[in-house]
Order: sequence, then C-alpha cells, then structure tokens
Amino acid sequence: MTATAMQTYTLGEFHQFEGGGRRFLYLVPAGAIFEMDEAVATVIGLLKQGRAAHDDLVGRVAAKGFSFADADELVTELSRARVIVGEDYVKAPLDPPPADFPLQSLVMNLTNQCNLSCTYCYEFGEDKVATPEGKPKFMDLPTAKASVDFLLSQSSGRNTVHITFFGGETLMNFPLLKQVVTYATERATEQGRGIDFSLTTNATLLTPAIIEFLSENKIGVTVSMDGPADLHDKLRVFSNGKGSYEMIAPRVKALIQGHRTRPITARVTLTNAVTDVLRIYKHLKHDLGFHEVGFAPVTTSPDRLYSINERGMDGVLDDFHKLADEYLEYALRGEMHGFSNVSDTIAELIQGVNKSHPCGAALGLLGVGPSGDIAPCHRFVDSDTHSLGNIATGVDREKQADFLNRGHVNNKYDCQTCWARPLCAGGCHHEAFVRYGDTGHANLHYCDWIRDWTDTCLRIYGTISAHNPEFLEQFAERKALN
Amino acid sequence: MKHLKSLNRKARRIDGIVSSMQVAAAKQAAGDPLLDEDIVALQNQPQQRPHVPMGCALAFSPGWEVDSAGGTAGLCQPVERDIYDCYVTCFWPAQVPDHLNNYPDWASKCATATKDWRNLDLVFP
Repeated sequence: MTATAMQTYTLGEFHQFEGGGRRFLYLVPAGAIFEMDEAVATVIGLLKQGRAAHDDLVGRVAAKGFSFADADELVTELSRARVIVGEDYVKAPLDPPPADFPLQSLVMNLTNQCNLSCTYCYEFGEDKVATPEGKPKFMDLPTAKASVDFLLSQSSGRNTVHITFFGGETLMNFPLLKQVVTYATERATEQGRGIDFSLTTNATLLTPAIIEFLSENKIGVTVSMDGPADLHDKLRVFSNGKGSYEMIAPRVKALIQGHRTRPITARVTLTNAVTDVLRIYKHLKHDLGFHEVGFAPVTTSPDRLYSINERGMDGVLDDFHKLADEYLEYALRGEMHGFSNVSDTIAELIQGVNKSHPCGAALGLLGVGPSGDIAPCHRFVDSDTHSLGNIATGVDREKQADFLNRGHVNNKYDCQTCWARPLCAGGCHHEAFVRYGDTGHANLHYCDWIRDWTDTCLRIYGTISAHNPEFLEQFAERKALN
Repeated sequence: MKHLKSLNRKARRIDGIVSSMQVAAAKQAAGDPLLDEDIVALQNQPQQRPHVPMGCALAFSPGWEVDSAGGTAGLCQPVERDIYDCYVTCFWPAQVPDHLNNYPDWASKCATATKDWRNLDLVFP
C-alpha cells in the first residue's frame, strides 16, 4: 500500500474567489493562482464537512458521479498540489533571504530640506523618526559619488540597477541630481550595465529646463499631490499655511506635456479630510493628465487629527471598489486604466510572489541620507535609531540582520493564519514603527482592509484571465526581477 | 493537471512538479522501481520531507524542582537543562521545536543553557 492510500486529508491553506463566472483558488503557501473546475469544488465541499481518509474521500467523490479511477486521480492531483493535505503535513517555513542579497535600488535623499510644510510629513511632522540635527542638510558630490559606487559594487549579478532621488524636496538639490545622473550613467556604462532613474517631487520647483533634462534622461517622475485645490491645499501647504496647488498645477501640466519618455504618476496621501478617492482620481487623471494615480492612507499614529478613522477607511475602500470596477471594464476592453494600486497588485499576482518581507527595504533597496548614513529605506533616512551604517564604511551587517529578522513574516505571529500574507507580509516597516514602536510588528490596524483589497484584486485578476488573458502579459515585466 | 488550470508563474511551477510526480507514478505502476510516495531505501536518497520525531517518556525524570532553600540555585543541574531534555534524551514531552529537520539551528545561539537560554526563541511552523 502506498502512503497516499493511507492518507487522511484536510483542506490545505487557500483562499477561494470568483470572477467572470468562474471559480478560483489562491494557494497561500505558494502564492499560486488556479482556476478550478466543478470536480475540485466537490472535493473541497466534502472536506469542509470534516477530514476524510483517502479511500473514503474517493468513494464519496465517486458517489457524486465520477468513476473510481477519475476520483482517485482527482484526489491525488489535489494532494500533490497541496490544495488538500495529509494530517501529517507540516508547512515549511519561508527561508530567510540569502545574506548576500544583491542591491537593486538605492534611494538617495539629496536633501532633507523642503520648501513645503505638509502637516503629515513623515520626515518633519509629529511622527517623524528622523534625527537630522547636526547633520548636513544637502548631500555633497563626494558622498553622492560614493553612493553610486556603493550601489554598483553591491549589486553584482544585476544587469540593471536603479536610483531614486528623494528628499526633502528633491529638486532643491537639482544641481547635484544632474551630476549624479552623469556620473552614474558613465560608471554603469563602463561596466556594461544599465541604470535608470526616478524621482519624487512636490512639483513646486519644476522649470522648463528641469523638465527637459528629466525627459532627455528618461527619469521617471512621481508627483506628490492630493487632488483638486480644495483637497490638496488642506495639508500640502507652505510654512505660512498657504496651499501649494495654485503653484504646482501649471508646472504639473507643463511636466506632463513636456516629459514624454516615461509615464508621470501622482501619489496621493489620504487623510481624514481627503478621502474623496473618485474625485481625486478624476481630477489627477483626466483634468491634469497623469498616466497613473496611486493612493495610500497617511502613515500616522492613530491619535493625530488628520489620521483616517475606521469609518473613513471604509469610505475609502468603497471608492477603491468603484475605481477597481472601472479598471476591470477598461481591462476587458484591452485598455489601460490609471489606478496604479490595482496594476501594482496584478504585477505581483502574475509572479505569484510569496514575500518573506513586506518590501525590499534593507534587502534589494537601501536609502542614503545627505550625511551618507544608510537606512533601510527613504522613510528611515537620517534616523539614528534605524541607521544601518554609512556609505563610507558600508552596511552594518548585524543591524541589517536584526532589521530583517524582525521584519520576516515568520516572526509575525498574527500573519501565520492570514491568507493575504504572501502579498502583505505584515505591511510597511515604517508604518509599524510609527504605530507600534517596532518595525517588526504586523500592521494589525489594516488587516481587514488588506484582505478585502487583495480579494478585490484577485477577482479582477481571475476575471481578466478568463476573458482577456492577453491583457495580463503587459504586467509581466512591471516588477520583474532582473 | 486536469482539474486545476494554472494562472500565474508560481502555479505553473507547481503544475510542473505535479506533472513530474504523475510521470513517476505512472512508471511505478508499469513496474518501474522509481517510486512516488512508497517506502524507499535510504541508500536511494529519497527526497527529504518534514519529519516529526516521536518523543516518549521511557524513564521518569523529576526535571527541575527546588533546592533545599526553596530556590533553584543549588540544584545538581541548572533548571534550563530541562529545556534540552525533550530532544536530547527524549523523556520529557515539553514543547520544543523539531530540532532534527525543521529547526536545526533553533538552539545554535544557546551555547550554555544557564547563560543563553533567553536566546531560545519561539518558532511558528
């Protein structure tokens, strides 16, 4: 007798969903997506009533109108794919990433200075983690060059690496940005490798000359912008309290008009008073012409006046669903919709990611501040508590290992029973620190929200794969590893 | 696979594995000695699979208690010695991670139990 025939089965770990009139399985320990037929649904239905031995299960499946041979084959197939598992099945823990994981991206905070005073800013606001006192305010050229050399030396095996310019307000140090682009391109070309650039800006300092430079050098641009004037100006203000919309609107239009080599995206921070997702999207996408618009709730401790309460979040999610429906309509017609929250998730679902960590921070991505201090990502730059070394001396491997060990999904107890963990892995390290004082804490305040959103994206994915599968192919490289 | 249609890259990898298992099972059915899930001689180097060691109480050990002063300092063995009993000598059915297969490094940071026992962490299988 084989081991299979002696097996007693229970259901494996999966999330069922429907879309486009078909049924699907999201197999959690793998991150795999399957369309299932009626026979699979029969087996799942039977095992929902309780565990069953192999022969018993085969017999009960056969009683539903299958031949014994087909039923046996079906049960064996599901067991091998781990849709159903034996009682002695032990979930293999995710391996830690290799210690010498090569760098892919470096976020360079060219300055920690900003000409705006956005109330919610994680760098200068009430929940800031940065300790910039006594450190340089602007990065200098030697530090920038050392950072580029660091990126190229720590990314062996990668054909292409990436630099993101960040701030403060990035464009307050535009002269350095230009020099870095020239230097980094030269060095990468010498090594026969590719390098590409992007930046995040509040758009206040854009000029025709800057726009031309960004376009010529194919530098991706993300504009932090919260919607039409009445919403945008609530928190994105100058130090005198005056809103910045009026100043940036013409500059953003000029940017979208003049920068033709990369898509221009808007990044919206949702706060208590800024939750009208549909109106914000419509304005940024259709009135201003952004290629994509992405939304994220503000990172804040819960008692801030601008933080979104649960009811506010439910409203946001309702709007997300409406936009997601619109996204699906577009996709089924073969058209691209600009709601990047969906596109980003689809790109991860195509790969079948199963994350050990919520993001690449301290793995394939590092941040470097004006002083040359290295941080897990741009959100921790200039924070002494979270520093992982200095560009002059290299990464402090012990601190990096501690950060990664805390952030590993295996060490987040609450995540172990959640079906959305392959994509979420506990959520943003920085958000966790601001909320719970520990970068390794699961972001429990948005679990329901993440599960709802993941389910929404899975249903979109399933529907598209049923009715317009070619549409998905264009996402294959969006987040591809190289 | 017949009943599951793969819709992403990870699913296609699983499909590949399941298909190769099906081929192996078919060979076995045809009398080929390459087995799927049956008993395999160790010299054939079967694929490593999770294994749960079966601990049992062959001998009674009082484990740690208290010393004559009502504390634990004067015991003949440190109290933390007990932590190891369950997988080294197998006579105390305490809940420790499976040290043989799944968590071989579980105690690697704990060179001296009396000093380093705090480094023994929880695991989440």
